[in-house]
Amino acid sequence: MTLELHDVRLRAGEFALEVEAEFGGRATGLFGASGSGKSTLIEIIAGLRRPATGRIVLGDMVLTDAAAGVHLPPERRQIGYVPQDGALFPHLNVAGNLRFAERRGSGAQAVFARDHVCELLGIGGLLARRVTSLSGGEQQRVALARALVSAPRLLLLDEPLAALDAARKTAILPYLQRIRDELGLPMLYVSHVPEEMMAVCDDMAVMHAGRILQHGAVEAVFRQPASLEVARIVGVETVQPARVLEVRDGLATVALGEARLAALADGLPPGMTNVLVSVRAEDVILLQAGGAWQTSARNRLAGTVRTLTSEGATVRIELDCGFPLVAVLTRQSADELGLAVGGQICALVKAPNVHLIPRS
Amino acid sequence: MSDVLPVTLFTLGVALLGTLLILPGGVALGWLLARRRWPGKALVETLVALPLVIPPVATGLILLKLFGRRGPIGVFLEHTFGIEIVFTWKAVVLATAVMALPLLVRTARVAFEEVPPRLEQVARTLGAGPWRVFFTVTLPLARRGLLAGCVLAFARALGEFGATVMVAGMIPGETITLALGIYREVQLGHDGAALGLLAVSVTLAFGALAVSEWLLRRRAP
Repeated sequence: MTLELHDVRLRAGEFALEVEAEFGGRATGLFGASGSGKSTLIEIIAGLRRPATGRIVLGDMVLTDAAAGVHLPPERRQIGYVPQDGALFPHLNVAGNLRFAERRGSGAQAVFARDHVCELLGIGGLLARRVTSLSGGEQQRVALARALVSAPRLLLLDEPLAALDAARKTAILPYLQRIRDELGLPMLYVSHVPEEMMAVCDDMAVMHAGRILQHGAVEAVFRQPASLEVARIVGVETVQPARVLEVRDGLATVALGEARLAALADGLPPGMTNVLVSVRAEDVILLQAGGAWQTSARNRLAGTVRTLTSEGATVRIELDCGFPLVAVLTRQSADELGLAVGGQICALVKAPNVHLIPRS
Repeated sequence: MSDVLPVTLFTLGVALLGTLLILPGGVALGWLLARRRWPGKALVETLVALPLVIPPVATGLILLKLFGRRGPIGVFLEHTFGIEIVFTWKAVVLATAVMALPLLVRTARVAFEEVPPRLEQVARTLGAGPWRVFFTVTLPLARRGLLAGCVLAFARALGEFGATVMVAGMIPGETITLALGIYREVQLGHDGAALGLLAVSVTLAFGALAVSEWLLRRRAP
């Protein structure tokens, strides 16, 4: 099912939103800093805000057509919406929250039946609990379940992991992947965390100042930001498929072609071998080749300089270390190292800066 | 002393009726003030708060002019329904209701403002229309504040004197409440009877306020 946004505009004080897009993937990411307009766009799609102009169509259903005065109220859109804090109803218990949303009758699909959804999200044991007694992670899973039992045609997730600590985030990601893979429900996923984008989304749109700057496959956007602006926003420039060779003492060894990288294994489901490796360009340290200093960095890679691109005060360096690795240095550092295209160099990356994203 | 019980029951009944009378409108108005922007909002807000700040006797006089035999509303009611308000027990209800309204509306407004709009929005996306959201999300979440508002309004109605004496007069067996009774007994030199009524009204007011405090304190579910 596609979601079409035509000439959707909204102005609120200094902020102006202007979006033209077509989302057709299983899971589309909306990526950007806070204030970029992601949440506003989500609220417009949910019907909670009315745009000044534009037309929004989901599949064959016209949600908004400002020119024709059409603005379907939220309750008739069949769009699930899970905000950052989950927004569970505090006066109802878990079962009551689900019952509130449940869509009964002939139209309901079996995948959205309560028992199935509870099983999918592992909340069967929580039904009698008060929502105020749930942990943050449990609250988010219940909020997801509540949105699902309403049998939505589209699921909007507005930074659903932002309020959780790292361990809980890692625990919820697999549930999001199950929703994506098992329910056949299109999702729009808002986040400013690259690793979440890679773990959950197939394609992503990068937003800045109310506009979509780039829209494409997740790996493509991170690897080839369309502009300097996008590169600055996404931050990550090395994204490569890799294979997990072994996990020992919490440290994973992954293979990228001939190259080997060490990374922290927390958050990696046991037995998972296919992963994406991501490294932020600013986390790569360069040394002159042949230097024999002992360093604490787990990963020391010999490479060749492929390209050097000046970007204001910084220089973007593309290396070939058996796989393409991008580094960003200040111009001074680059000058002092005497970097030149074709030159040999040594790259250092600390294991915690090598992010592993499970691929199903 | 013999009419302490009927006067107490009359006062309780009138206060209860007055509170019930303003309940739907007061709650609706509290919601409109908390959640909506509309033309004339500031004016309505001021009008509702007026009985709090002008002398109760002045409110009574306004009511007398409006509902009296030659007042616009009084004429209308008498011609259309044959109802006479002033100097009857209905005037007591009217006065207590008008005097209690500001307290109810203000407490209701605060209670509604404390319900996170995000919860109502999410409820809409889950398929609930505005009315269902109001009755199953907003109202239950605001219930403690609303209840406390009712108790406050009721307590205010119990003790109302100035406006009542103006529109309802002091007619024994017809419009005498605890507050009016105390004044009247003192005027007649029956200090013992006045003290009896005083004890009853202090007890009632104390009980009502205690209930409202208790409701407001244990707000978090």
